[in-house]
Order: sequence, then C-alpha cells, then structure tokens
Amino acid sequence: MALSAADRAAVRALWRKLGSNVCIYTTEALERCGHPAPVTSGSRALRLRPTGFLPRPHLTRASSRRTFASFPATKTYFPHFDLSPGSAQVKAHGKKVADALTLAVAHLDDLPGALSALSDLHALQLRVDPVNFKFLGHCLLVTLARHYPGDFGPAMHASLDKFLSHVSAALASSYRWTPEGVAGPQPPLPRAPESQ
Amino acid sequence: PDIMVHFSAEEKAAITGLWGKVHVEEAGGEALGRLLVVYPWTQRFFDNFGNLSSASAIMGNPKVKAHGKKVLTSFGNAVKHMDDLKDTFAELSELHCDKLHVDPENFKLLGNMILIVLATHFSKEFTPQMQAAWQKLTTAVANALAHKY
Repeated sequence: MALSAADRAAVRALWRKLGSNVCIYTTEALERCGHPAPVTSGSRALRLRPTGFLPRPHLTRASSRRTFASFPATKTYFPHFDLSPGSAQVKAHGKKVADALTLAVAHLDDLPGALSALSDLHALQLRVDPVNFKFLGHCLLVTLARHYPGDFGPAMHASLDKFLSHVSAALASSYRWTPEGVAGPQPPLPRAPESQ
Repeated sequence: PDIMVHFSAEEKAAITGLWGKVHVEEAGGEALGRLLVVYPWTQRFFDNFGNLSSASAIMGNPKVKAHGKKVLTSFGNAVKHMDDLKDTFAELSELHCDKLHVDPENFKLLGNMILIVLATHFSKEFTPQMQAAWQKLTTAVANALAHKY
C-alpha cells in the first residue's frame, strides 16, 4: 500500500496548512494517550480545560496529551516526566515528534531512509514497543479531526492514516535481529579475569 | 480478555452526555463509510453493497448509510448498559463469529472510526478526557463482541 501521488499531495497540503502549529497537535496527541491520573468520583472530576477547545497557537501541545489519556501504558516510557496538563516536558516532546513528522512529510519518497536514525534510536536505545506508534498515530488523527473537521473528510483521513502507518513501519524497521546480530550500540562483553 | 470494565460516574456522564447529541443515522453512516475508505480490506464483508469504488461512492452509498445506522444504533445499547456489556452483546458476538465470520480486529478499527467521527462533530467536547472515556467504551464493546469467539 504505497503512498499514491494523491496521498502525498493531501498530506503535504495539510502540513502546509498546519504550519508552525504541528507541535501543538502532536503534544495533544501525546496527552490523549496517557492521562496523568485516572478519572474517579470525587475531587478529580472530569474537567474540561478552558483552553482546550479552539485551535489557537498558544495552546499546549495537543496530540501528545491524547495518547497518555487513552492508552495509559504509553506513560511507562515517561516515568521521568511530569505528565500533568501543561507540562513543559510533554510540550518539548511534542515538538520533537512534530519535527520528526515534518521531516517525514519532506521525504515522502523515502521514509525508511529519512527515519532510519530515529528507527535505530527507538529500537535500540528507547526500546519502545512498536504498537505505541499506532496509538500515537490514532490520537494524532483524533486531534486533527477535532481541530480541522472541515479538512478531515474520508479521503484526507485515509491519506493521513496511510502516511502515519508508513511512518510507524519505517520507525519499526530496525527492531528485529539481523542474521549477523543486532546492529548498533552493544553492552560491553564481560572481560575474562586477567591471568596471573 | 477481562471485559468487566468499570466506568466511573464521571465517565458515564461524559459518554451519555455526548451520546445525547449524536445524530445516530448520520454518524453511523460516516463511521462505517470511513472504515471502508481508510481500511479498504474491510469491504470484504460488503460485496453485495454495490458501488464501493471510490471514497465518495462509499460515503454516498445508501446501503453503507443504512448499515452504519444499524451498527451505531446497536452501539447505543452499549451506552445504556456500560456495566453489562458482556451480556448485552452476547448474541451479537455469536452472530459475528459463527455466521458473519468477522475478525474481531475489525471491531477495534470501527471503534476508532466512531471516535474520529465524534471528534469531527464535537470539537469543543472531544477533549483528551472525553476521548479516554470513549476509547474505554469502544475497547470494551470490541472485547464483548469478541467474547463468544
């Protein structure tokens, strides 16, 4: 299921429209994956954040936030993060994700090549289970659907979904053992005790 | 999979509140249509639906709309019986397994399409917290539907 010319055109057009706001939406997508605290009866009632509805540039990052809420297991990769709403760390991470996606949009003809360094990073150092790329992709789609409903018809939805699944596949490409062994940084082998 | 999911009072209120605003016929047709457009292999279950040759053909197809309405109306039962999804969907689970032969993975895909349709129609309400509650519901319904397999 390669990206057709129509898919590429659609993705590029939407990315131009998003402009510098991409990081807002990737941050919301991250938050949508893992909520900072479970929704319970009592004081932590479902609160609709006052700034959360309309697409405004000063908003905090949208898509990251969604991923942490709906798919709480994604939070296990961020034990060192403050995951509360408005977190500067989540915002910064949303920006990293946004920059990576923008890089991908600029290299639709060679996603595996463009993303190979990031694939190595996720596979060998971060060791994020690839299923999470799907969760973040889904939350990014929800975020964009919410903020750009007029642009998010079925054809655009399909092109974006395809694009994100290609990105996920490219990110997951370094994950398996090669016959020659795992490429990349290896823990040092134990040294044999020095002979007398 | 454990399907005795607990929904808090807040989650129930959020889900029910939003459900009250949903135009089931329109949203159902859209969700099913998007499933067939975005994941074209799902068309395998709808060979007798006529013209599915393009996104616009699919979204305008009257059989898609009718079936989408049927599916989402049934989903409304889930909203009414969030504490008892297993029993609520027992018969439908058998139907989908034994007669329709639907891979349960498709229930998750359709659930995600429902969420996206909700997001396009309810920008203001579809916060991360709202999505989390609905994500829980669609996952629980998918599991309930898969229970008899």
